[in-house]
Amino acid sequence: MRHTKSWLGLLGALVPVALGLGAILGAVSIPLSDMIALFVGQPVDSTNAFILLQIRLPRVLLAALVGGVLALCGAVMQGLFRNPLADPYLLGIASGATAGAALVIALHLDIYWGAVPLGALVGCVLAVAIVYRIAQTRWAQLDNYALILSGVALAALFSAITSFLLFYSGASHDARRLIFWILGGLGGAQWLYVFGLLGVLIIAGAVLMLFARDLNALALGEEMAAHLGIEPRHLRKILLVAVTALTAVAVAVSGTIGFVGLIVPHILRLIVGPDHRVLLPASALGGAILLTLCDTLARTVLAPAELPIGIITALLGAPFFLFLLRRRAQLGASL
Amino acid sequence: MIRLQDVQLGYDGCLVLRDLNIEVVPGEVFGLVGPNGSGKTTLLRAISGRLAPEAGAIYLDCRRLTELSPRELARELAALEQEISCSFDFTVREIVELGRLPHRERWQRLSSKDSEVITRALELTHTLEFSERKIQSLSSGERQRVWIALALAQEPKVLLLDEPTAHLDLNYQIEIMELIRSLAQRDLTVLVSLHDLNLALRYTDRVALLSEGRVLAVGEPERILTAELIERVFRTKVRIVNGTGDLYIVPVRSQR
Repeated sequence: MRHTKSWLGLLGALVPVALGLGAILGAVSIPLSDMIALFVGQPVDSTNAFILLQIRLPRVLLAALVGGVLALCGAVMQGLFRNPLADPYLLGIASGATAGAALVIALHLDIYWGAVPLGALVGCVLAVAIVYRIAQTRWAQLDNYALILSGVALAALFSAITSFLLFYSGASHDARRLIFWILGGLGGAQWLYVFGLLGVLIIAGAVLMLFARDLNALALGEEMAAHLGIEPRHLRKILLVAVTALTAVAVAVSGTIGFVGLIVPHILRLIVGPDHRVLLPASALGGAILLTLCDTLARTVLAPAELPIGIITALLGAPFFLFLLRRRAQLGASL
Repeated sequence: MIRLQDVQLGYDGCLVLRDLNIEVVPGEVFGLVGPNGSGKTTLLRAISGRLAPEAGAIYLDCRRLTELSPRELARELAALEQEISCSFDFTVREIVELGRLPHRERWQRLSSKDSEVITRALELTHTLEFSERKIQSLSSGERQRVWIALALAQEPKVLLLDEPTAHLDLNYQIEIMELIRSLAQRDLTVLVSLHDLNLALRYTDRVALLSEGRVLAVGEPERILTAELIERVFRTKVRIVNGTGDLYIVPVRSQR
């Protein structure tokens, strides 16, 4: 336990390092001294101060929050579905949210504030409902791959909807906004998004932490969890509501960013162990670090041009996914 | 104490077991025997509160099972499924710790009393020496002892075991049954389903023989597991052999 606590401490210490790195690096590099000066309230070059406060800080904080949310959701879903390959992206849930957001934009319903996140939420709820029904079927419970494969099908379906909307909008301004959602990115970062996502994360994260020990019991199967006094249906509902809200809000501010929810919990499970009371906060911190670094890379590799961040996470995640599949096959484990 | 009174069990209105009247007292190892599909698992599921009876009532001490919340029930009664799998590689101690869930509020940390109970459960099942090892690195016999330790950590009055010796080597079968016997001596009420009649004969105080949706007979194993009854229920000729004071059930080869 002391061992895992020090890992949490280390991850917690690395988050500000990643944030600081992300804040000073970019198309315009800002001296570290300026950032420190800004924080201690000393006079700073006004251009640099503007870049830091209005552009970099909201962006790196949003990257950290989105990364944390996605990794947290991945860890919870892996526990909930008893499937180490579950993640909002692979199960098609993030694609559902993207399609919902895209529909709002294509139909010009986003005249009201909050319409796009609401569209993402509706798409997300729909996708979660479908995934949940599939997970309840007998064949999905017998075969862990079945759930992932149906997630792939679901993602393809929702992507088709989004692609159609893109095609339908032609070369308009809407089309560019849609592409942003499809590729995923943090270019639209604003302080409003940061606070919105932070609020949802605090509430949903607290709920998830309270139920982390129940997730541990669920690792022994629903029947055994029930023998330990847990009501599995009740637990599923609570966790799915929290995960749905988190995924929807993350997608609404950043589009579809894949694989963070898969990679981070996996690596951390190897390091801190499978106990969800440690794994969940560790995943949130790890996801924050990973996505902040990926976003910094996306901004700097081809500066001043920006690479969509989904490309970088896919470059990291897809080989990792294949590696996991291969390892499972070699171990002969039923995942 | 577990008492079943005129219990009818079934799924979706279709009865699997009828007219169950059984009483099991503390300190007793009560065996459930019968052919495959005779309803042993169904009966255990009902007593564990996971299957509501179609009619009749099941009592735990003086309270009906249906009056108890899942958490209250988990503090009184522990049940182990026939095949338990763990989807993540927890350590033995982490798994046994789960037995304390029904005793703690969700924001409470592990108390020193919890730790004591966990250590005692590990000791009783002889799993303390590998309590820091990962569950997936253990043999099936060791793993079975861990599941029993998990159940003991619940500090139950009643322990339900569904085929605890299935898929185990002979030495582990004996080890698990000896363990179960020693637990009953600590005033635990144990209900265990067994497909191995010899284990039932040797390690249970009483057995219920299930056949064709009914309890055919209840009583001391030597009295129930007779050549005649076994032949009737299992449709196999057997001989009861007395070897060095113990009875053995030996199937007779059919004449060709």
